[in-house]
Amino acid sequence: MKYKRRDNLTGTAFLLPSSMGVLVFFLLPFGVVMYYSVVNGPKNSNFVFLDNYRQLFKNPAFLLAAKNTAIFSTAAVALGVVLSLVLALLVESRLPFRGFFRTVFLSPLMVPVISVVLVTRVAFDFNGAVNSWLGVLGLGGVDWLNTGYSRWIVMAMFLWKNLGYNMILFIAALNNVPNEVLESAQVDGAGYFRRFFQIKLRYLSPAILFVGIITLLNSFRIFREVYLLSGQYPYSALYTLQHFMNNTFKMLDYQKLSSAAIVMSAVITAILALLFWLESRFRKDVEG
Amino acid sequence: MKVERRFGKGKVGRVFLIAAVLLLAAAFLLPSLLTLADSFFDSQEIRDSYGLIFEEEHYVTRLVELKFLPERLNLTQYSELLRAKPDYFMKLWNSVVLVVPIVLFQMAVASLAAYGFARWRSRSRELVFFVYIILMLMPYQVTLVPNYLVAHWTGILDTRWAVWLPAVASPFSVYLLTKNMRRISSSYVEAAKLDGAGEWKIFFRIFLPMSRSILWSVLILVFIDYWNMVEQPLILLQDTSLHPLSVYLGSINKNEIGVAFAAATLYMIPPLLLFLTRQKELIAGIVSYGGLKG
Repeated sequence: MKYKRRDNLTGTAFLLPSSMGVLVFFLLPFGVVMYYSVVNGPKNSNFVFLDNYRQLFKNPAFLLAAKNTAIFSTAAVALGVVLSLVLALLVESRLPFRGFFRTVFLSPLMVPVISVVLVTRVAFDFNGAVNSWLGVLGLGGVDWLNTGYSRWIVMAMFLWKNLGYNMILFIAALNNVPNEVLESAQVDGAGYFRRFFQIKLRYLSPAILFVGIITLLNSFRIFREVYLLSGQYPYSALYTLQHFMNNTFKMLDYQKLSSAAIVMSAVITAILALLFWLESRFRKDVEG
Repeated sequence: MKVERRFGKGKVGRVFLIAAVLLLAAAFLLPSLLTLADSFFDSQEIRDSYGLIFEEEHYVTRLVELKFLPERLNLTQYSELLRAKPDYFMKLWNSVVLVVPIVLFQMAVASLAAYGFARWRSRSRELVFFVYIILMLMPYQVTLVPNYLVAHWTGILDTRWAVWLPAVASPFSVYLLTKNMRRISSSYVEAAKLDGAGEWKIFFRIFLPMSRSILWSVLILVFIDYWNMVEQPLILLQDTSLHPLSVYLGSINKNEIGVAFAAATLYMIPPLLLFLTRQKELIAGIVSYGGLKG
């Protein structure tokens, strides 16, 4: 018994540097963030309950940012999952040099965002390459980054960067589909596509949900591309929650910052809890 | 019996398949290749091609000679970068100084913690580990607020410490390492204990060597994430002289686009080298991240 307690202490000692850091830089201040979100000022702190939240939901900048982020993330997850599954199936098909293609599709993950941004700016600037080429045809004159097109340009950058990562996850899942099941289906005369939709897809469902979760988390990081592409105040369709947070940091408005952070963490936790619950159900379905 | 796991059996189908994949591959390589190609323009070509970009608000009706590829290899931009632009090197140096300590210390702290989580399991530790997972899933929009507050209170705001310290404590690598260390069979530990090895020895001689490939994978993923960092410097470093190249290149003006391409090319080299030499480890790490609950 005594031995066990000492064992336990050693284990805790290994955790100590990391958990102290987590405590000091994330958990404790997060408690303070919660507190700030329900008082009316950091100095003379009167309890105002939901007032800050009410203010937040009336704030047009926050609403715009939340709307844009929701639209972008939804589209990003849908496209990110479907296209990367297609990519995985392509790379896993009867293709020569599969390893080479896998490397090519994964490589954008390791290309710095800023390099892609420079190329995109040169291509899609008002006086950029794409307009100049279109000008030859008598078209062009579209300000790509300051119109509705900008959303799709950013989406393309997002997919370009993330599809390879998702593809790797799908390839691993595809290789885990048990041979016996596919074999008996083949004996029954099911062709490739029928086997895909009736068997593989079922076995892939936990992977699909997991890739969806990863893509959702990555979609919150699109701010990097957007900021480097068009700065602090981009075209309104590109104004995301991180822009809102940045500008609120500049104003040192702790109440707004804190309530926004709490709202976001609550929404994200709820969505993730739902997705993980679904994932584990599908996993049980597949494994059980 | 051989099961047909791959599609593209027929000859025609196969040709189409290969054509489609080749096209896709070209699209995936294009941005990096263009960055490289554009860094070899000479200054006249740059002026002709990009002179108008970033300059005027209104559309220029005069057709500009816009090229993506240079006539011939030309190192003007690189020599310009070396000669006249100390700023770029300062920012590149900033990137290195910010990122390298984060990667090394995050990995050190995380492998200790992962050992703690993997070797001793209890209800309370599972709870702590669950908190790590939640934190790992929170986006910067949420976690940067507490980070900023602590930096503000302790007076490290506007210094590199404000970026370093929270990043070292980041839970991502703890998660990945723990998951993999939990797969190490306890029989190794028992055998080592019979030989009289202490915990340090078990950690250094068994767990770390057996985690070699996952450590590479963590290193690559953490490195590229911080090599690209934008949010943290913007919020935690108001002093722009401390900003890394990843942020600085976003604010260059029209005269410097050529030099910027040269700098962006240099910036690509370290992550791409890591990727090409350690791809196998990276892929193994990505796969083991899948299936979040270990």
